Amino acid sequence: MKNKSLFAALILVFLAALVAMPHLSGRFTVYLAMRFMILGIFAVGYNLLLGQTGLLSFGHGAFYAAGAYGMGFFWLHLSPHPLLGIGAGVAAAAVLALLIGFFCVRHTEIYFAMLTLAFGMMVFSLIWNAREITGGDDGLVGIMRDPVTFFGLGKIPIGKDAQYYYLVLFFFVLSVWVAHRIRISPFGLVLSGIRENARRTEFAGVPVRNYRLAVFVLSGAFAGLAGALEAMLQSNARPFMAHWTHSADPVLVSLLGGLHSLTGPLAGSLLFVAMREIVQRFTENWMLWFGIVLLIIILGFRGGVVGVVQNLVLRRRAEGEG
Amino acid sequence: MQSIVHVCLAGLSAGMFIWLVASGLTLIFGVLGVLNFAHGSFYMLGAYFCFTVLRHLSANFWIGLLLGPLFVCAVGFIVERFFLRRVYHLALPYQLLLTFAFVLIFDNLVKIVWGAGSLSPPRLDIFGEAILIMGRKFPAYNLFIIAVGPLVAIGLWLMLERTWWGRIIRAASSDREMASALGVRVPILFTAVFVFGCWLGAIGGGLAAPYVGIMTPGMGDTIIIEAFIVAVIGGLGSLKGAFLGALIIGVLSAFGTRFFPTFDMFLIFILMAGVLLWRPQGLFGEAR
Repeated sequence: MKNKSLFAALILVFLAALVAMPHLSGRFTVYLAMRFMILGIFAVGYNLLLGQTGLLSFGHGAFYAAGAYGMGFFWLHLSPHPLLGIGAGVAAAAVLALLIGFFCVRHTEIYFAMLTLAFGMMVFSLIWNAREITGGDDGLVGIMRDPVTFFGLGKIPIGKDAQYYYLVLFFFVLSVWVAHRIRISPFGLVLSGIRENARRTEFAGVPVRNYRLAVFVLSGAFAGLAGALEAMLQSNARPFMAHWTHSADPVLVSLLGGLHSLTGPLAGSLLFVAMREIVQRFTENWMLWFGIVLLIIILGFRGGVVGVVQNLVLRRRAEGEG
Repeated sequence: MQSIVHVCLAGLSAGMFIWLVASGLTLIFGVLGVLNFAHGSFYMLGAYFCFTVLRHLSANFWIGLLLGPLFVCAVGFIVERFFLRRVYHLALPYQLLLTFAFVLIFDNLVKIVWGAGSLSPPRLDIFGEAILIMGRKFPAYNLFIIAVGPLVAIGLWLMLERTWWGRIIRAASSDREMASALGVRVPILFTAVFVFGCWLGAIGGGLAAPYVGIMTPGMGDTIIIEAFIVAVIGGLGSLKGAFLGALIIGVLSAFGTRFFPTFDMFLIFILMAGVLLWRPQGLFGEAR
C-alpha cells in the first residue's frame, strides 16, 4: 500500500515536471523532451506486442513511416488541420498493420520476426522508389504546423516548439493511459496468456490468431501516432523511418528499460534519447557505443533498468526484514 | 530475346551472392538455432578484408580471396566463442539483439577503419574483358560467379552427406542433446559451424566487391534482408531451399529492375507473400 502511493506520487512528480518543462528550460531540452515522448509512444505501443504477447516484430518502422507519410499526404492534399492529419496518419498505419499483420501472424518466433522485417523493408523500398509520390530519398518536406482549430470554437497555435510540446504531451499521456488500460483489460490478460502458452490459450477457446492480429494493429497504430507526431516536429517524413535499423529502436528501448512493465519502455526511451545526445556530443561513433551498451545489457542486465531497480528494492526490503 | 537472356544472366549472378550469404545463414540457423543478423556484416567484412589484402599484401586476386575471409573467420570465432555462446539458452529477442548489436558495432568499425565513404575495389583483369553472348557483351567475371554458386552448393552437399563431419553436423542439428550424449563435443562443433558460415559469407563479400564495383559501410544491411527473404521462401534451415530461393530472387529482381524499376523489390515481396499463403513453411521447409 505504501509502495503504491509512493509510485503514484512519483508519477505525479514526473507529470508535473513534464508540464512545467517549457517554462523552466531551454529550447533544446524541450526538443529532446519531445523526442523522448514520441519514442515513448512508439515503445509503449510496441511493447504491447513484444512484452505482453511475446511477438518480436522487426518491421514497426513501416507503421511509423505510414503515420508520418499519412500525416504528410493529408496535410499536402486534403487539409492542414493537425488533429485530422494525425488521425489520418494513425489510420494509415493501422490499415497497413492490418494488411501486413494478416500475413505475419500466421507465424511466431523467428518466422514472425523475419516476416515483419521483410515486409517492413518492402514499405521502405516502395517509399524509396516511388519518387513522384513520396519524394524518394528526399522524403516529404515542408510540413507546417497550422493552429489546432475546434471548428470555429477557437484555436490553439502550435507553431512554436514550446506550443507544440503540449500537443505531444497530450498524446503521450493519452497513449500511456490507453496502453495501461489495455494491459490490465481482459484483452490484455488473454495476450499474456498467449505469451505464456499459446496452445493452452487456444484450447481454452480463444482465437489466438485474431488476438495476435488485433494487438499487431494496435501497436501499429501507436507507431503511426509516433510517426505523425515526429513528421510535425521535424516538418518532414523520411524513408529511413521505415528502414529496419529504425524498426530496431523500440526493441532496443524495451530491452533497455525492461520488457515486463509499462515503465520499462518509458525508462528505456528516456535513457535512449539521453544517451544518444551525450554520446553524440563526444564522438561520431554513436552506433559503436550503443552496440557495446547493448551487449552489456544482454549479457549482464537482462531485466533492463527497471529490472535492476526492482532487484535493488527487493534486496533492500529483504535486508530490512532479515 | 537477347535482352531477356542477359537479364537472366545478370539475375543469376546476383542470386549467387545472395546464395553465398544465405547458405551460411541457413547452416548456422540449422545447427545453432540462431538467426544471425550480423551475417550481412560478415559479408561486408569479407569485401573489406579482401580489398585490404589486395592493396597491401598482394595484388593477386586469388590470394586476396584466400586470406581476406580468414580474417573474417577470426572475427566470427571471437563473436561465437565469447558472446553468442552465452545466449543460446535465452529467449529469441536476446539472441537476435545480440547479433544486431554486432551489426551496429561492425558497421561503425568499418567506418572508422576504412572511412565512411564508398571505396572502389581494384579492377579485375584476370578474366579478360567480356564474352559475346547472343551478340552482346557479358563480363566473363559474372559467368565465373554463376559457376561458383553451384560449385559451393555441390561442395556443401558432399560435405554434409558424405563426410564424417557432415554426419556430426546433421546429428547435432536434428537432436543436440542426443548428439552430445553420444560424445559429440557440441560447443566446439557450434564454433566450427559458425566460423564456417562466416567464411561462406565473407567469400560472398570478397567476390561481390569487384562485381558491384563499390563498397560502402552499409553494404551488408541490404543483402541480409534478401538472404532472410530467401530463407523464408526456401524454408528456414533448408540449404536446398536457400539455393533455389536465391536463384528465384536474383532473377526476379533482375527482371524487376529491368522492366518495372519503381517496383523492383515489390515483386519479390509479392512472391514471398504468395509462398507464405500457399506453403507457410517455405518451399522445402518441414511442416510444423
